[in-house]
Amino acid sequence: MAKKTNWVATLLIAVGALFILFPLYMAVSIALKTPEELADSVLSLPVGMHVENFAKAIKATNFFQAFQNSAFITVTTVVLTIITNSMVAYAIARNMHRKFFKFLYYYFVSALFIPFPIIMLPIVKQTSAFGMNNPSGLVFLYVVYGIAFNIFIYVGYIRSIPKELEEAAIMDGCSAWGVFWRVVFPLMAPINATVAILTCLWAWNDFLLPLIVLSDQSDMTLPLVQYVFQSKFGTDYNLAFASYLMALSPMIIVYLFAQKWIIGGVTRGAIK
Amino acid sequence: MTVPAVVLFAVFHTFPALQGIFYSFTNWDGLSLTYDFVGLKNYYYLFQDENVWHSYLFTFQFAIVSTVLVNVLSLAIAIGLNEKIKFKNFFRAVYFLPNVLSVLIVGYIFNYLFANVLPLWGEKLGIEALSTNILGSEKWAWVGIVIVAVWQACAFNTILYLAGLQTVPSELYEASSLDGASKWQNFRHITFPMIAPFFTINMVLAMKNFLMVFDQVVALTGGGPGRATESISLHIYNGGFQGGEFAYQSANSVIYFIVIMAVSIAQIKFLQKREVDM
Repeated sequence: MAKKTNWVATLLIAVGALFILFPLYMAVSIALKTPEELADSVLSLPVGMHVENFAKAIKATNFFQAFQNSAFITVTTVVLTIITNSMVAYAIARNMHRKFFKFLYYYFVSALFIPFPIIMLPIVKQTSAFGMNNPSGLVFLYVVYGIAFNIFIYVGYIRSIPKELEEAAIMDGCSAWGVFWRVVFPLMAPINATVAILTCLWAWNDFLLPLIVLSDQSDMTLPLVQYVFQSKFGTDYNLAFASYLMALSPMIIVYLFAQKWIIGGVTRGAIK
Repeated sequence: MTVPAVVLFAVFHTFPALQGIFYSFTNWDGLSLTYDFVGLKNYYYLFQDENVWHSYLFTFQFAIVSTVLVNVLSLAIAIGLNEKIKFKNFFRAVYFLPNVLSVLIVGYIFNYLFANVLPLWGEKLGIEALSTNILGSEKWAWVGIVIVAVWQACAFNTILYLAGLQTVPSELYEASSLDGASKWQNFRHITFPMIAPFFTINMVLAMKNFLMVFDQVVALTGGGPGRATESISLHIYNGGFQGGEFAYQSANSVIYFIVIMAVSIAQIKFLQKREVDM
């Protein structure tokens, strides 16, 4: 049944999209203007490309350092999360008939309901006592905290993978290690992508955990830098917005390229 | 592989949580070497602390309004995106974009909008309500936070509703169109009951996330003016790290945990019952 284009819906959706795009347009145009242009009119298109705002912002916030920190934290968190959490989930999913593993499953999943503030105060003491108040410590915490949610979605997925393939591999003399890496792990590609995307967004954009864990200024992540430099920007909004844009753009670029997977990944991750 | 994971999780998640509960019965300030047990004293004072009551009041007001708005809007957007419209993929991409942006930075961008752009327009158009910065008003600052939170949260909820709408078999609509059902009747009797589980998930997730609001408040008002928009997490953060109220705020977070649990469970119970009825 071929339906006609619904023009009313198209129009409404288009108007709604303006509300989404407007603040972003505003951010871009302010970042490219001089203070005088901004004073004249907030919304007009910028006349020239005032890239010097970006140069100044890079200096003021030590952008490359922060970018490097954010990138290091995000990439290592994603890689380690995929490798470790998938193995733990596999062990649990294939042993659910045993009491111990069933208990573990509920143990991890129930942690999802614990609000962060309840562990926030003690964890700061703990991380500084262990010398973990640095990017590596943060990665470690992300990987460990991610388990709660990742187990939940991995286990649901692994249970839908038929066991026969694994049994066949064992018959052929494959070790448990080999079965996982050669048979199961490749089959988990779609769910690995989902976990990777969600973890990536989380680690890149998170603000509270870096705020309380990182102690050294040279370790700061991009969102944290915006927070710390907020007072330094003063009324130089052009500079501030250039800095915001630079912090946002890596994820926007990733999104433009991986849009389909990201939307699909979020749906898959959240529905299970 | 499982054993180290459990150990690490217990050490870095369960243990701090238990520690938090433990400290809530002491008078530790977070720095001193010694502390005493004070029993339920912290809890007793919490209930008499006006600032604490205020933060709960603000957080709930904010969370309820935002949850309702997000769900109404996302459902509407999802239905729109599910219709046969032009540039469908483009619009989907646009509506989902806010979800990949940092909450804090989105807050800063909106902060500028509220502080500098809207008042200017308000003056030009002669609308008095717009001509001052709402974030500076004790009475209206919370509305600003709702707007930002809803603007961003709609992305995620829309995608979930969209996924839900795609599970509704199109035969149902074909049958109802033969019976001459109106659009509203379709929605009321087919769409909405069919996506009831998605409605439950979205309501519970949205409420839980909004009750934990932190980044938006920091970026928009910092809890001000006064303490008008201090959310519970911000209150715990401020008191615990800067106010030397380590034990006291630990008690607050225990209460906070119980409240969130209770709200989520009540929601799930209530909404799932509704699913069965329909």
